[in-house]
Amino acid sequence: MQVTGTVLTTRRVDAYHALTVVAPGIAERYRPGHFVSVAVGGAHTSMVTRRAFSIHDVKPDYGGTVELVFTVRGPGTAWLAERRARDTIDLVGPLGRPFPLPRDPVHCVLVGSEYGSAVLFPVADQLIERGCRVDFVLGGASADRVFGAMRARRMAQTTTLTTEDGSLGLRGRVTDALPAVIADTRADVVYACAPMETLRAVTAVAMEFDIPVQVAVEEAMACGIGVCMTCVLPVIGDDGVTRMVRACAEGPVFRGERVRFEDVGTIPFDALGAPGGGARHAG
Amino acid sequence: MRTFLAHVELANPITTAAGCAASGRELAQFFDLHRLGALTTSSITMAPRAGRPTPRMAETPSGMLNAVGLQGPGIDAFLERELPWLAQRGIRTIVSIGGGTMAEYSALARRLADAPGVTALEVNLSCPNIEDRGRVFAREGSAAAEVIASVRSIMRYDVPVVAKLAPDVADIVSVARACVDAGADALSMINNPLGMAIDTEALRPSLAAVTGGLSGPAILPLAVRCVWQVHAALPGVPLIGVGGVTTGRDAFQLILAGACAVGVGTALFHDPYACLRIERELEDLLRARGFQRLADAVGLAHRPPGSAPRHLLVDSEESSP
Repeated sequence: MQVTGTVLTTRRVDAYHALTVVAPGIAERYRPGHFVSVAVGGAHTSMVTRRAFSIHDVKPDYGGTVELVFTVRGPGTAWLAERRARDTIDLVGPLGRPFPLPRDPVHCVLVGSEYGSAVLFPVADQLIERGCRVDFVLGGASADRVFGAMRARRMAQTTTLTTEDGSLGLRGRVTDALPAVIADTRADVVYACAPMETLRAVTAVAMEFDIPVQVAVEEAMACGIGVCMTCVLPVIGDDGVTRMVRACAEGPVFRGERVRFEDVGTIPFDALGAPGGGARHAG
Repeated sequence: MRTFLAHVELANPITTAAGCAASGRELAQFFDLHRLGALTTSSITMAPRAGRPTPRMAETPSGMLNAVGLQGPGIDAFLERELPWLAQRGIRTIVSIGGGTMAEYSALARRLADAPGVTALEVNLSCPNIEDRGRVFAREGSAAAEVIASVRSIMRYDVPVVAKLAPDVADIVSVARACVDAGADALSMINNPLGMAIDTEALRPSLAAVTGGLSGPAILPLAVRCVWQVHAALPGVPLIGVGGVTTGRDAFQLILAGACAVGVGTALFHDPYACLRIERELEDLLRARGFQRLADAVGLAHRPPGSAPRHLLVDSEESSP
């Protein structure tokens, strides 16, 4: 649904911006992993595509608020970063397919890199509510780009932090620390949100341990509602056929082992409808 | 706000543009599709198509570039799942088709000829012609005409065939005339002109396909010009005006230039309710100017300079019983 939300608070969280918006209809329907799309630039803007943001937090205040965490990447996010309390923004959501959650109290490792970590906190809340054990592995290029370390420490059994420059926690990437965390916690499942390259590596680690991994991808989208067909990536379906599926409508959450990370940004030759005859084999 | 596309009546002139409403189900989450004049499907091809690699989209000033490459499920899945879904709900559906050869267009028309729920058939002529070194059909009046003649001869007489024209041509009027002479019942214009953007961080083209179709408000004046020129040359031919419409006023411009229906495309990416809003705004504009019927405004801007506007508010009040 489309909501004109009023900005409640804005804050800087290290290298990131966090925006809390009163959006009752969206907060009510929200489940962890959902995202929203935001119109940027105001009423007479020259920016015609919406920007997609995952939801970091949902609170019942004022009928329901959602908190978005983002980094300034271009004129659209720069505009959003300039919003102040009482400004209004145009949101559509909640969009996408949320994270599937286990019924049993299993051991879960949540892996986040940069601001991708933000989406994992509502997941952790739900997992803990279901009696799951939660352990975090959070990383970033430097200390100010590791999102949510404090909150993770408060809620999780253990929190492992990594930075590429060694300014916080272990020097390296989240995937360097992940195998040890999975082994120590005897994890049953991994949840991850990070840039595509990191998700590829996280998935490889989980597959090595032979445990399922749920990944939330960050693809560039124009519409967020499934009509523009620009946010596609190759994913293997239940029938074993690779299809170019929309990150917004079929995702953003996928089973990691089903995503053909090596082929993201290409049309794999055996994908359904690939040039040169992939279609013929699929029939 | 009723309008006619050839002999087919539409409850209102606002349609979705091809490739901007996916299968319809996505938009149905937001509003009742019956409120559209018609829904235009994405261009359907014979075989399933995976489309182009990503990145497929780049935002540009007042517009965006896209290179999706007609990703779609192919005609079999379309007839099995997507068209019946629309037909069962009684949603007016303009089916768009795209092909790489004359034979593919003909084969698509044969498959659709007896399918229930096809309100009109739109022929996307901006596809590369495999038999002509990849030159798009719409660039060549004779190639476009050949496709239209073949599709027209296959489709039932009561299903209008609409030729979708590209603006990237030396003379759009001659292509339009060739299509009409070949039997097109209506014309839709414009498809995306080709554009390109370069990523100054990566120092390479922003789109994986290098070039892409430009859409959004940036191309509205191009659409108005094309509709104007074609309406001036072929005043009796129904036109669907498409290109950069984001407000009722934009739609009104295309109608005054000669369009009897208006397609909304990129605006849907920004606002899923765009069609309803544009329809409402257009209705208000028409009412404020005293138009009783949409048809009275179609092509009105072509009247010679100095002649009185035909439908001022005072006029209509005086003439009403």
